[in-house]
Amino acid sequence: MSVTHDARVQVRPATAQRPTARAWPDINNPAAWIVAVILLIMPLIANGFFLIEIFATTLILGTIALSLMLLAGYGGMVSLMQLTIAGFAAYMVAVFGVSGNANISLGWPWWLAVPMALALATMFGTLGGALAVRTEGIYTIMITLAIGAAFYYFTNQNWAIFNGHTGINTVSTPHFWGVNWRADIPFYYIVLAVAALCYFAVEYVSRAPFGMALQGVRDNPRRMAALGFNVNAHRVAAYAVASFIAGLAGVLQVWNYRQISPGSVSVGACIDVLIIAVVGGITRPIGPYIGALVFVLLRTFALDFLIKIGLDGNRFRLLIGLGFLAIVFWSSDGVIGLWQRWRQSQRPAASRPGGGRGHG
Amino acid sequence: MDSVAQRLSAVGAGAALELRGVTRLFGALAALTDVTMTVRPGERRAVLGSNGAGKTTLFNCITGDFPPSSGTIRFFGEDVTHFPPYERIRRGLRRTYQISALFPGLSVQDNVYLACRGVSRGRFSFLRPGQSDALMHAADGLVQAVHLAAVKDQRVAELAHGQQRQLEIALALAGAPRFVLFDEPAAGLSPTERQELIEILTSLPAHIGYIIIEHDMDVALRVVESVTMMHNGRIFKEGLPQEIQSDPEVQELYLGGGHE
Repeated sequence: MSVTHDARVQVRPATAQRPTARAWPDINNPAAWIVAVILLIMPLIANGFFLIEIFATTLILGTIALSLMLLAGYGGMVSLMQLTIAGFAAYMVAVFGVSGNANISLGWPWWLAVPMALALATMFGTLGGALAVRTEGIYTIMITLAIGAAFYYFTNQNWAIFNGHTGINTVSTPHFWGVNWRADIPFYYIVLAVAALCYFAVEYVSRAPFGMALQGVRDNPRRMAALGFNVNAHRVAAYAVASFIAGLAGVLQVWNYRQISPGSVSVGACIDVLIIAVVGGITRPIGPYIGALVFVLLRTFALDFLIKIGLDGNRFRLLIGLGFLAIVFWSSDGVIGLWQRWRQSQRPAASRPGGGRGHG
Repeated sequence: MDSVAQRLSAVGAGAALELRGVTRLFGALAALTDVTMTVRPGERRAVLGSNGAGKTTLFNCITGDFPPSSGTIRFFGEDVTHFPPYERIRRGLRRTYQISALFPGLSVQDNVYLACRGVSRGRFSFLRPGQSDALMHAADGLVQAVHLAAVKDQRVAELAHGQQRQLEIALALAGAPRFVLFDEPAAGLSPTERQELIEILTSLPAHIGYIIIEHDMDVALRVVESVTMMHNGRIFKEGLPQEIQSDPEVQELYLGGGHE
């Protein structure tokens, strides 16, 4: 039999098209340690504007996009309702917690309002997922987009709970142990901790039975059923996990802006999450954070740049759109795909490592 | 045939698989018509027939990939006609696919590990398997049994065709199979690989019965003790391999008038 011979002549493709299950992430990667240290000492080197408007916002948006990466990258399900679920959690924090709209908010302390918001957001996303898993491909996108659009118009028109188009304002943020946790530096660390937790959790689960089964469902659902897996139950469970992650990000988002209104859950914002995930790359959990950083930097600085070259500053979306086009054109797995290919081209061909391990 | 008799007496009476009047329609086309058959535990049977005879549809009905339009299917006495595929698999039914149905993005080891996990507890576990994980060891054993140990960390997309066919078999043998459906396992294999396939099939534990769809009579008749001949979605003839081989009507079908 030619097994051993075949093993020797195998040629590995330059990049993996799909996320593969991997060993524990990046422990031996100096770049990962440098990024971790920079993130930890950020308050020493960045002012309040950069800390919150750039980095905290990036981490929050990145975590919402991470929930999409989990569904799309590992599960093969493109959900456009991840921002809607985050927005729902944000609304629930405002509704159950304390805000300037005393006629709506129930005034619960944050440590009750937040678990309630997370539970409801997870339930909402799981129900939406249970609808969406009955479809495949473009129909999943349509159903989740419909849920997102319906929620946006509902918040616009419902005054009893969502306070219509004005939304809910001056949402209170946690104060305990004598610390105002919405002050720039404490808030940055809360956001960093939640984002890191979600990132490592997704990375870890990708190699656990649940994550591997999800990748199996992505690759061949029919065979998964023929191996004893209840494919739809796995998909719905993935929506539940993704909804919890998106919900966490939504809680941080409402604390960040201290208000929530329909504008934050618009259809355009739903699609931004998809753009963030695709630009960063949905093959790895780090991709959404890279995409979010690119997005936030463009959104923040493209305005000045465009005015400087004599264009309307509001055209920053033009730049994002061009970037999106360029990315999907040249690198189907986003910025991390470009990075991987660059790394591989720097390396002598003979020493290329195996597909599944490390940063290869 | 002494060993066959011993093997069958060792696994007891009853039926592993019992089909009663199974019919499957695709629109107006009847892919299977009124198929009734009984396979004993541990029995090894070939299903022969020309293209379009309904062999793969028969498998799809048994596993639930496509449920039958009418009729009943019993698996070790239990009526599984309306069970989803995964419930049948968890009861010890297994199958392979004519066109390899693997997970190209995952490694060989992970493919087999998934197969082992699918028929045990903890399918939703969020904890990674450790070094001493029993299922990882089970997967290692299966990878060796189908001679893929040398490539176990490679992604399946990178395997040669013959290796993918062997992995296909490994996935069907995970856990504690009681009955396996092999859909043309020899398709596209070289003569040496066919020989290896025959060895894998004949060395399966005695209690594991199977049905094999195979066009290569040399392979099929060496690994079974009974044969079902299908034609146009119906069972045409059942018997011992030598009876079927020498049957004039069967020869007529296979050599001459099978495609009218």
